[in-house]
Amino acid sequence: MSVNIEHIDTIDPNKYDELGIGKEDLIWFWRTMVLIRRFEERVIKLFEEKRLVGASHLYIGMEAIATGVMRALDKDDYIVSTYRSHGHALARGISPRLVMAELFGRATGTNKGLGGSMHASMYPEVGIMLTTAIVGSGVPVAAGLGYAIKYKGEKRVVAVFFGDGAVNTGAFHEGANMIGLWKLPVIMVCENNLYGMGGRVDRVTAGSKDFSVIHRAMAYGIRGIVVDGFDPVAVYIAARKAVEYARKWDGPTFIEAKAYRFLGHNLRDPQRYRSREEVESWKKRDAVSRIRRILIEHGYATEEELEGIEAEILREIEDSVEFAEKSPILSFEELYNLIYA
Amino acid sequence: MSYAAALREALREEMRRDPNIVILGEDVGAWGGVFTVTLGLLQEFGPQRVIDTPISEAAIVGAAIGMALAGLRPVAEIMYMDFITIAMDQLITHAAKLRFMSGGKIKLPIVVRTQYGIGRAYGPQHSQFVPSWFLQPGLKVVAPSTPADAKGLLKASLREDNPVLFIEAALLYEVTGPVPEGEHIIPIGVADIKRKGSDVTIIAISRTVHEALKAAEILSEKYNIEAEVVDPRTLYPLDLKTVASSVRKTGRLVVTTDEIRSGSVAADIVSKIVEDPDTFYSLEATPEIISSPDMPVPTPAPLEKLYMVNAEKIVNAVLKIVK
Repeated sequence: MSVNIEHIDTIDPNKYDELGIGKEDLIWFWRTMVLIRRFEERVIKLFEEKRLVGASHLYIGMEAIATGVMRALDKDDYIVSTYRSHGHALARGISPRLVMAELFGRATGTNKGLGGSMHASMYPEVGIMLTTAIVGSGVPVAAGLGYAIKYKGEKRVVAVFFGDGAVNTGAFHEGANMIGLWKLPVIMVCENNLYGMGGRVDRVTAGSKDFSVIHRAMAYGIRGIVVDGFDPVAVYIAARKAVEYARKWDGPTFIEAKAYRFLGHNLRDPQRYRSREEVESWKKRDAVSRIRRILIEHGYATEEELEGIEAEILREIEDSVEFAEKSPILSFEELYNLIYA
Repeated sequence: MSYAAALREALREEMRRDPNIVILGEDVGAWGGVFTVTLGLLQEFGPQRVIDTPISEAAIVGAAIGMALAGLRPVAEIMYMDFITIAMDQLITHAAKLRFMSGGKIKLPIVVRTQYGIGRAYGPQHSQFVPSWFLQPGLKVVAPSTPADAKGLLKASLREDNPVLFIEAALLYEVTGPVPEGEHIIPIGVADIKRKGSDVTIIAISRTVHEALKAAEILSEKYNIEAEVVDPRTLYPLDLKTVASSVRKTGRLVVTTDEIRSGSVAADIVSKIVEDPDTFYSLEATPEIISSPDMPVPTPAPLEKLYMVNAEKIVNAVLKIVK
């Protein structure tokens, strides 16, 4: 079986018109990415101030991926997310209040505080059906969601997010095999940020070329798209294609978004496995500042407009912190009622 | 009716009633299930509802979770209980936890059917009975011993909104017994007194219920000892009220199981019983557990026979504690 692998590189802004990308899309991409960036910068500060405790896996540097993918999905579509969840949650439109409250472990959070940072995006109300903290385990669940869609004859699709590390787990392979075998309406979104914790792709993945894992899609007869994960427009175009295929039950797509994690695996990561120079060189590709530049240079927006949006975002984030800190925590007794339906 | 036929009838009746029920697993369709439980269901309900999967236990349970999240009621079959470790992450770390970690929002109506294969000379990797690994909040664990219980409990499991691990036994499939006509549902979490008695309580799990009943007959005929045989049927959550009240009545306790002794459900039952002061002080002898020894299941049939719980071992245990 021959499997088609397509490459979508950074999109030249002069091509936006012919691709149907307009001002509204670009402002949305930029606004969403800034929201994620500023939200997580606030989270880092809250950890430093010891107002937040527990786990925190940050999405900074990878904002373009969730932003591009979520733009291509409809509100009825299903999503399976990962413990690097804040970006997925905010890009899907969950209020920063609910996400922040979840990080604070409050009863007003997306999961009443019981999920915390690693499950903050799990919110079936917006289609995020599962947010898992176990690497690779979302893939078979996505297969089941995809099967149910076909069984019921619906037009939904499933987008399942996972990292480059996931492609070496058994659950990934078992799930990918089912998705490929049954041609399920699933978009597999591999956020390849080059490292699974400290393990760089080429050091942990057999058969990897150019730090890519796309060969794993080929093994299961799944159509592949390798896309620049620093460009929300490119990711959106890739996701839009994949969604189109899936929606007409034309089979799954594996999107490999090539990205980089600007921060450590989590806030405790000493990052001994990579150099400061390496990190700095990747930061030059930052999507947030690049899209901002394009918005101004190509006349989509003025400085004042963007500053206004950014100020609004900062107010929204401050409001979310205030909301979270004022919210109650569940009582221990209440927990016993949440174990069984 | 046989135990296997009773299970098949439960599946068929519930699938006719509820189009959201689907079955997935290895060889559940064209083969009909290696123990014939799903025989004929493919023909009646079609390949969309009786799904032959790859040999991928993690994805069988994982896909079942996804199906349940999308509103279906999947029955995932894991052919041998030994194979379930491959699906442990999906079953324990996902299915059992999702409701809790979503703040009580998520509902997961999943039945995972499996069986333990002891008594067929299949060796250490096709014979293990390991229910204690699944005593996990969020999950319910049932292990019926008779055709009637098998049917009633499977029907209840298929109407349950929580994940259920439904454990069958290879040696039970051909056991026959009466099954009530019509709508027959046995609630999860309710033990059953299989034989009334006043001298000793034998709490027997799954296959060993039949050995306990044989032992009770021998004890009655030869030794004039009347044993009460209690089948918990649901191992988690345990119907402590029923089992403890039997112990308070008889003052003597034997628990029988095809598990190894260490870390067993049998040991868990004993500890739950003796922790209750009223029950503890009613005991007139130390509790006995009749299980397999702490040893992998030996393959050669004669050795496996020595390894397994039988009526004789149970009789001896009772004679030890009943004067």
